[in-house]
Amino acid sequence: MRRLHLGTEGVLAAIIVALCLVLGVTTDTFLTTQNLFDLLNNQSVNMIFAVGLVVVLIAGGIDISFAVAASVVQYVVMTLLMDHMGGGNWWFGILLSMAVGSLLGLVNAFLIHRFRIVSIIVTIGTFNLYFGLLMVFTGGVSIYDVPDWLYYSVPLIDLPASRGSATLYLPVAVMVVMSLATGFILTRTGFGRAIYGFGSSPEAARRSGVRVGVIHAFAYGWLGLCAGVAGLMQAHIVQEVVPNALIGQELPILAAVVLGGATLGGGRGSVTGALLGVLLLAVVQNGLNLLGVTPYAFRMIVGFIILVAITCSNLDKLLPRRAIPKEARQ
Amino acid sequence: MDDIALRAERVSKVFGQSRVLDDVSFELRRGEVLCLAGENGCGKSTLIKILNGVYTPEAGATFSFGNADAVSRITPHDARALGIHVIWQDLALFPHLSVAENIVFDDYVASPFRPLSRRAARHQAREVIERLGVPLDPDTRVEDLSIARRQLVAICRVLRAGARIVFMDEPTASLTRNEVQTLLEITRSLSAQGISIVFVSHRLSEVLAVCQRVTVLRNGTLVGTYSTEGMTQTRLSQLMTGRELTLTPRQAACTGEPVLELRNLSRTGEFEEVSLTLHRGEILGLTGLLGAGRTELAHVLFGMNRPTGGELLKNGKPLTLRSNRDAIRNGIAYVSEDRLHLGLVQNQSINMNTAVTVLDELEKPRGFLSPRRLRELTARWIQRLGTKVSDAELAVSSLSGGNQQRIVLAKWLATQPDVLILDCPTVGVDVGAKAGIFEIIRQLADEGMSIILISDEAGEIWMNSDRVVVLKAGRISRELTPNATTEASLEEIINA
Repeated sequence: MRRLHLGTEGVLAAIIVALCLVLGVTTDTFLTTQNLFDLLNNQSVNMIFAVGLVVVLIAGGIDISFAVAASVVQYVVMTLLMDHMGGGNWWFGILLSMAVGSLLGLVNAFLIHRFRIVSIIVTIGTFNLYFGLLMVFTGGVSIYDVPDWLYYSVPLIDLPASRGSATLYLPVAVMVVMSLATGFILTRTGFGRAIYGFGSSPEAARRSGVRVGVIHAFAYGWLGLCAGVAGLMQAHIVQEVVPNALIGQELPILAAVVLGGATLGGGRGSVTGALLGVLLLAVVQNGLNLLGVTPYAFRMIVGFIILVAITCSNLDKLLPRRAIPKEARQ
Repeated sequence: MDDIALRAERVSKVFGQSRVLDDVSFELRRGEVLCLAGENGCGKSTLIKILNGVYTPEAGATFSFGNADAVSRITPHDARALGIHVIWQDLALFPHLSVAENIVFDDYVASPFRPLSRRAARHQAREVIERLGVPLDPDTRVEDLSIARRQLVAICRVLRAGARIVFMDEPTASLTRNEVQTLLEITRSLSAQGISIVFVSHRLSEVLAVCQRVTVLRNGTLVGTYSTEGMTQTRLSQLMTGRELTLTPRQAACTGEPVLELRNLSRTGEFEEVSLTLHRGEILGLTGLLGAGRTELAHVLFGMNRPTGGELLKNGKPLTLRSNRDAIRNGIAYVSEDRLHLGLVQNQSINMNTAVTVLDELEKPRGFLSPRRLRELTARWIQRLGTKVSDAELAVSSLSGGNQQRIVLAKWLATQPDVLILDCPTVGVDVGAKAGIFEIIRQLADEGMSIILISDEAGEIWMNSDRVVVLKAGRISRELTPNATTEASLEEIINA
C-alpha cells in the first residue's frame, strides 16, 4: 500500500526545497547566504530544543516544561557564575547548564516513573511550578549583567556578502553537535533502539527486560540537558536573561517535531525529522516576512500547515482500501 | 534419563483464598510437542508463569532439567539461562521496529552501549529466518505484517535467543486455516531440531494434529497426561470439562420467508457482487479465509460502511443504511469479532454493558434513565442466556470469556433484532462455553430470528448452519447445505 517510499523526512525535505525555490524566485533576498545563515542562527535554539524533545516523543511521552526549564537554567547558571564563580568560561557554562537542565528533566522522569503519572500532567505541573518559582525568586527582573565570554558573539564562518558579510555563529555548531550526539544514541546504540522499542510497545519492552526507569530518566534527562544548552545559547544570542523570553515556545516546537514524523503515541520520529520540522516552519515564517505579509498572519498560516501536514500523513487510513490485500488472495 | 527437558513436581499456587494449582506434576521431553489443555481458569497460565519464573510456587515444589540437580523454584534469570521462552498470545513485539530489529531486540537490552550496525542485525535476523525457512523480509516494519507473519517474527526471536523450551499461548487463535497449517509445520520442524514445545490451544483438532502428548488440567488439578495416539476430540473435551458434551448437526430445513436480500452488493476493494437471501429462522453460515471479505460484508450489512454498488432489501423493501444506528433501528444487530475491545466496555458494569444499546428505550417516557427498568432488563437477559453472574453491578471484566460473550449477545438481543450477525463468536472461548453459545444461537433461530454466523472453523459452521456460503477473495465461491456434505469436504472447499 505504500507508494513512493520517501519517508516523512524525504517529503519534508522536498517541501522545504520547493518552498526555497519559490521564495528564491519571488524575492531577491531569500536565497542569499546572509539570509540562510541568519535563518540557521535564529533557529539553532529551537532546533536544540527539538532534538531533545524528539527523544521524549519516541519514548512515548510528552514534555511541555522544557522551555521554562531552560529559563530556570539561564537564571540559575547566570546567578551561580556571576555571584559565586567570578564569571567562569564557555566550557564551565555549558557543563553547568547541562547539569542543571538534566536535573530539572530528571524531576519530570522521577514523577512520571515513581508515581505513575501521565507525562502530560506531570509536565503541566512542573511547567507551572518552574515558571512560578522563577517569577517569585526573580520578581520578573531581567539579568543584563552577563559574563564577557557569553556577551560577545563567536563567529565561526564569515563570508563576504552583498551588504557587509554573512556570518555563522557558535549556536549553529552547538546545534550540530547536539543533533549528531542525539542521532548517534538513537540509531547507533542498542540503548537508543530500546527507547524506540519502549515507545512502540511499553509492555513488550518491559517483558524483554528493558529497564523502564532508565528509559524515562534518559529521555527526560536528555531533553533537560538539551534545554539547558538551548537556554544558554538563547542568552548568548540576546545577551541578556529575561524570565519570560522562552515561555510559549514549547507548543510551536512540539508541533514542529510532530511535523517531523514523531507521534504522541511513541515509537516514531527521528532527529532529522525534528530538525526539518523546525526548518519548515522557519522557512515559511521567513518567507512570509520577506513577502511583506503581516506578522499577525504567521500563526494562522503555521497552524494551517500543521493541520494539512498531519492530515496528509493520515491519508492512508482515511481513504478506502483500493485492493484486496495480497495475502488473502494466495 | 536425559531425554527429559523439564520435570516439575508437586507444584501448587495459592492466590489469597483460592488454590489455583494443586499438586500438579508436569513433564516435558526433549524435542516433543506437548499440549497443555484445559478450560479457562483451570490453571494453565499460572503453571506457565511458574515454569517461566514469573510466579513463585508454594514451598515443596521441585523442578529438574535433564541431569542437573533439582531446584525448588525457577527464577526469571534461570528461565532465560535454560532457554525457557513463552510466546504470549499478544506476541509482545515492537510494531514500529523492523522485523530484523525485533528479532535481535534482546541484544539491545543485554548490551545497550555496544555500537551497532544495521547490516549486522539484518544479517543475524536473516540467519534465523532462513533456519526457520519462512518468508520474512528483515526490513519490513512489524506493523505492516499480518498476525500470522508477526507470529513468525516472535518465533524467530525466541530461536535467536537460544530457546530450548518454548511455550506457545493460543498461537492459532487469530490465524486462518492455511496459516495454522504453516505454524503446525514450523512447530514440527522446531521439535525435529530438539526444541521442546508446549502448545496451548482451544482448538482441539490442532492439538491432536500436532502434539504427541497432552496434559490436561481441570480446576487447578492434574487430570492426566495422555498420548494423542487414539485420542478423539470428544474424549479430550470430556477430560477437560469433566462432563459429556453432545451436540448434533442441525437438521432444520428453512422454509421461512426472506428477511434480508442482498442483490449484487459490492464495496470496492472488499467484496464484489454478493447476492444472497436470508430467510426467517435460518442460520446462514458465512465462511472463507480471513480477508475474504466476511467481516467487511458484515460491516456493510450493519451500516458501518456504505456499499459502492448493488442493493439491500429488508422484508422485500429496499433499505439504505446511513449508519449503524439505522441498522439497529431496522432490526439488524452485529456482534463484533473482537468482543474484548469492541464489544464490551470492560471496566463498566454488567448492567450498563447489557443496556447500552437500548438506553434510549429505557429513558422513555420522561428522558431520565430508570435504574429499576435497567436492572430488570439485565436480569431478564442474564437468566435467559444462562449467564453466571454474581452481581450485575460488577465490572464486566470480572466475567470469564464465555460469560462475557453472553453479555455481548444479551446487549444486542435487547435491541430485539430480527437479523443477528455473529462474527466469530467463539474465538478464545473454551469447549464447554462454546457448546453453550451454540445452544443459545440455535434456540434463537428456532424462535424465528435470522442469523448470519461468520466463522472460519469448518466444524462449527458445518454443525450449526442450515446453509453455508463460502467467500473467496471477495466473491461467493460456493453455496451448499451441510446435510449434503461432510465437515472434511467443507474444510477443503474453504481452503481450496
